Amino acid sequence: MTADGTISRAGVDISAHRQGVLLEVKNLVKHFPVRRGLLIGREVDRVRAVDGVSFTVSRGETLGLVGESGSGKSTLCRAVLQLIEPGSGSVRFEGREIAGLSRRRMRPLRREMQMIFQDPDASLNPRKRVGQIVGYPLELQGVARGTELRRRVQELLDRVGLSPEHYDRFPHEFSGGQQQRIGIARALALRPKLIVADEPVSALDVSIRAQIVNLLADLQEELGLTYLFVAHDIGVVRHVSDRIAVMHEGKIVEEGSADRVCEQPRDPYTKALLAAVPVPDPRQARARREAAAAS
Amino acid sequence: MTTPLLSVRDLRVGFVTEGGRVQAVDGVSFDVAAGEVVAIVGESGSGKSVTAQTVIGLTRSPNARIEGSVRLRGSELLDAGEDELQAVRGEQIAMVFQNPMTSFNPVYRVGDQIVEGIRAHRPQVGKAEARERAAELLDSVGIPDAVRRIDDYPHEFSGGMRQRAMIAMALALDPDVLIADEPTTALDVTVQAQILALLRRLNRERGLATILITHDLGVVAEVADRVLVMYAGRLVEQGTLDEIFYDPQHPYTWGLLGSLTRLDRERPERLPQIGGAPPSLLDLPRGCPFRPRCPHEFGQCRELPELEARLPEAQGHRDRCWLTPEQKRERRQVAGEIGLEAPSK
Repeated sequence: MTADGTISRAGVDISAHRQGVLLEVKNLVKHFPVRRGLLIGREVDRVRAVDGVSFTVSRGETLGLVGESGSGKSTLCRAVLQLIEPGSGSVRFEGREIAGLSRRRMRPLRREMQMIFQDPDASLNPRKRVGQIVGYPLELQGVARGTELRRRVQELLDRVGLSPEHYDRFPHEFSGGQQQRIGIARALALRPKLIVADEPVSALDVSIRAQIVNLLADLQEELGLTYLFVAHDIGVVRHVSDRIAVMHEGKIVEEGSADRVCEQPRDPYTKALLAAVPVPDPRQARARREAAAAS
Repeated sequence: MTTPLLSVRDLRVGFVTEGGRVQAVDGVSFDVAAGEVVAIVGESGSGKSVTAQTVIGLTRSPNARIEGSVRLRGSELLDAGEDELQAVRGEQIAMVFQNPMTSFNPVYRVGDQIVEGIRAHRPQVGKAEARERAAELLDSVGIPDAVRRIDDYPHEFSGGMRQRAMIAMALALDPDVLIADEPTTALDVTVQAQILALLRRLNRERGLATILITHDLGVVAEVADRVLVMYAGRLVEQGTLDEIFYDPQHPYTWGLLGSLTRLDRERPERLPQIGGAPPSLLDLPRGCPFRPRCPHEFGQCRELPELEARLPEAQGHRDRCWLTPEQKRERRQVAGEIGLEAPSK
């Protein structure tokens, strides 16, 4: 137990935090230049998408990163995974600096960190069969071939709640929720330690959202996964996270245990964000409106 | 109860698709009165958007078969000619869509697009007058410095501003009915709260009859007076806002309410979930369409129950479920909250 009494969903004691740091990000900066002029663009301004962000994620823990559009959360994910070059700052994975590593030196590390995307339909190749999509990382990294590959893919499909018979089907034959399961199976293929999930449930129907949230929790427990869970919906983020970091205009404005951030927010932006979330309770909604009208 | 402005009776919309005939909307009836917000809640494929679009004739096509009745102040819209409908759209019924970026033409100034809309319906209004009206409208939906912003292009507006401008355009001809199809889904929560407050204010001030299409029960709780819950093309429950949230009768509604991540409650270890997925409209199960996902299913569910009042004390509260009210009130309690029992794995 920590001071605020949290135990991670995977049962990892967070006070063991220090020894167990998997990912450590320090002072990460990513600015995009705004250029004007023909041929030789002159830099006239900068978009400070990620502006000096620091955080750590411990093994087996879920860090929720919440923010609105333009807050820099997606750029941050990509910079952490070295999918875009960070401007400056440090990203340590298992103690090893990975910021600025060449693609070749990054490649073996890619096994360890995988991503789940928002739109499962757009992130699955429509011309490939499910088996090929899920098996591709295994093939690419030379982990398995032939019947062994097929066996491992079918095991993965089973693990995410699909049936092994789905191996030869195409992505469009599946519903949104099932497509997201395929995306999750692909992310799990190389047995990564870290999964960065960028809005993994926001494109799904309400009745399917809970299924995927619960699946991610089960997988974390079974496989000891560590999640960086990025979303704009603070309700979902609170449900899945041990700790929450709130991002606004390229900076983390507040960080703390999930319940503390939601119940006793300190930063004015966090407060505004929480106050704007609609309450699915008509009496509370009315009371809140009346209070707002009176003030 | 005021007389309904808009009255939909036994609406059925079928489409011929490559895979066969689908009944996207199957026997939907409801009324909307002036000054009232009726929310239609459902998932993708539930028929909520098709219902709304059919009201203003947007689903007409050689592949569509539309039956039933949609009456605006008593006059039938379903068999109205295209010219007649054109006059109804905008003047009497206006629609706001989910994505305000694709609803504006990017190469024309925002103000000009509103002016064009006004003059297309009212040729007698002069340009200067229409422009003045456009500025007033933009101002009334909370666009600061509207007189200057009227000459901006759509891309110069933020997402929230664009949705406000979209609402301003919808109000330009002073319609009686506003249909808002997921009007805040593409917006950030802080902006969503402002747009919802705006919709509520317009509804009260102008006595607009509003149909709000959404999948978000939080949004419903903030603005609706009455709620219709749709599943697989049919209404499965309808009632007042409080009836639906505090005394829901259909297991699908329990499931929707139970699976919400709520900031005002302790978080549960596991999020209550509805098992399975909505059925394909090409291959609906016999009887109750929710039956394959329902943990309370029993023999009688192979027959489709009528949408009817099953509580003597609430005649407006209707649902399609065979369980008795006593069984419902008992079975919807899961760990002290309304929800759907976890499916056996």
